[in-house]
Amino acid sequence: MMKLLTSQTWVLASKRCRFLLLSSSPRQLRYLPLLIRFLLADLLQIGHSVNNRSCTCKFITFTYLKMPSDTMDVPKTGFSFDLCRRNDMLAKKGLKSPSYLKTGTTIVGLIFENGVILGADTRATEGPIVADKNCEKIHYMAPNIYCCGAGTAADTEAVTDNISSQLKLHRYHTGRESRVVTALTLLKSHLFRYQGHVSAALVLGGVDVTGPHLHTIYPHGSTDTLPYATMGSGSLAAMAIFESEYREGLTRDEGVNLVTKAICSGIFNDLGSGSNVDVCVIEKGKKEYLRNHLTPNPRTYVSSRGYTFSKKAEVLLTKITPQKELVEVVEVGGDAMEE
Amino acid sequence: MVVESHETDGEFAGGGLGHTSRSPIVTPVFTDMVSSQTESGLLSSEGESQRTQYPYVTGTSVIGIKYKDGILMAADMGGSYGSTIRYKSVERLKQVGKHSLLGASGEISDFQEILRYLDELILHDNMWDDGNSLGPKEVHNYLTRMMYNRRNKFDPLWNSLVLGGVKNGHKYLGSVSMIGVHFEDNHVATGFGNHLARPILREEWKEDLSFEEGVKLLEKCMRNLLYRDRSAVNKLQIAKITEDGLTISQPYSLKTFWNFGAFQNPTVGAEGSCC
Repeated sequence: MMKLLTSQTWVLASKRCRFLLLSSSPRQLRYLPLLIRFLLADLLQIGHSVNNRSCTCKFITFTYLKMPSDTMDVPKTGFSFDLCRRNDMLAKKGLKSPSYLKTGTTIVGLIFENGVILGADTRATEGPIVADKNCEKIHYMAPNIYCCGAGTAADTEAVTDNISSQLKLHRYHTGRESRVVTALTLLKSHLFRYQGHVSAALVLGGVDVTGPHLHTIYPHGSTDTLPYATMGSGSLAAMAIFESEYREGLTRDEGVNLVTKAICSGIFNDLGSGSNVDVCVIEKGKKEYLRNHLTPNPRTYVSSRGYTFSKKAEVLLTKITPQKELVEVVEVGGDAMEE
Repeated sequence: MVVESHETDGEFAGGGLGHTSRSPIVTPVFTDMVSSQTESGLLSSEGESQRTQYPYVTGTSVIGIKYKDGILMAADMGGSYGSTIRYKSVERLKQVGKHSLLGASGEISDFQEILRYLDELILHDNMWDDGNSLGPKEVHNYLTRMMYNRRNKFDPLWNSLVLGGVKNGHKYLGSVSMIGVHFEDNHVATGFGNHLARPILREEWKEDLSFEEGVKLLEKCMRNLLYRDRSAVNKLQIAKITEDGLTISQPYSLKTFWNFGAFQNPTVGAEGSCC
């Protein structure tokens, strides 16, 4: 099939492959590679004809197209699932995919009388091993919005950073404080687009002009709006505490105590959660990020003697080499990266 | 036939001693069980045994706690057939002998089978007519052996059991799982109760709870389960066993609260944002 789009451009389709023809002037003839001869041979089977007359398109340059179009055209929208298919195929053949760093978490949020309180534990696990004893799971989204993340650590970090940047641009564009539903919509559309492959389960909370809001977002993109919420592996233990003790109109201290209690319940009753408790209190116009608000798992034994060699070890040689400064580091005063 | 429990319990204080001296009676009972099930029951006529692959009609969690005078146990009355709640009046708390109370979650038919075996056990115990009766610790041991043996044959009784009782002032509360994991503790829970009720019990259980406090604690846990377990029904029974005897309450319902402001108006300020 051949179709004349303009005087200079031809579009051609063959049974075996799709060709896109671009126009060319006679001058480019000499630069055409051998490839064209082969392509022409293919085309001859469907009986095309090349117009060699000088007045119209002289010769044809082909671009051989395959399935995903990486040409000057707009790339296909949506997520490309090719690599997912490849991963499945490899897994079926017995390849063990590398275990990713999961947070295996307890994260909670609740609404109290003046705003929102978010809480999280601080353990990041990689399978059975604790990879990070004191990681930060409460991520900054906007000055008035914070987001706790459970699931794959890379996914929660990346997705919250991405949406945080988008919110900042939006703030510059509109000149207003960000709203929690904006962050919610950005996050849920991002996660839905990736059909659950971005494994991030989030508790989003903040206070904006319309009041305090608390939402949960699941990896496939569904959301809930709740007065109190828990997510992560320790969510059942924390929800047990919330369901039995939450009431409306809690004061700030009561709220912080309840959140701490719920996170401690997750820490002590769930193996995927542990270490310390982080709390973030967001009220209208102000926020307080209480990093390591409670440390119920301190290191209990520290050797008082410090590290010494046993008496049997003989010192044969002592050589001390002072560190040489190769590069001088100068602190430049300026805007530190926000948060 | 009246069985009186005398103070012949000097030698039976440990419980284990009493049990082993009875073994000549107990083992035949067990092998009876084994042979009967190979002939009748679950197997098809081929030599290949049919293993229990998955449960059909299941009960959800059971929670038990020790309190001042004895044991308190709570279970709801639902029997789910997959994802439908098929039966709403299943009694999952039953008396065993004079001193024990058994609660079960999991496959209801296997629970009925266990009750039948326990019936035989208690019957043989009574037939000795020696003034002694099997206490909760002995029954717990029997259940553990039975569950573990079935699991070794890859044909488990698909239940998680909670056994509690009082004998001679000594309170006992234990749990046996489908694969034979057994332990004794001050508070036990099965199924979803492990995740939802255990944290509350760990925080709030203390020695010598009064009856009212115990019931309140159990109701708190059951309410939690009602909110968050999909196979729970709002109809439960609470059973109490003390030195004096056993009482199982009439079925009743818990009050639930649904009037949070956020539930009434979830999308205030942002219409359409809720799913």
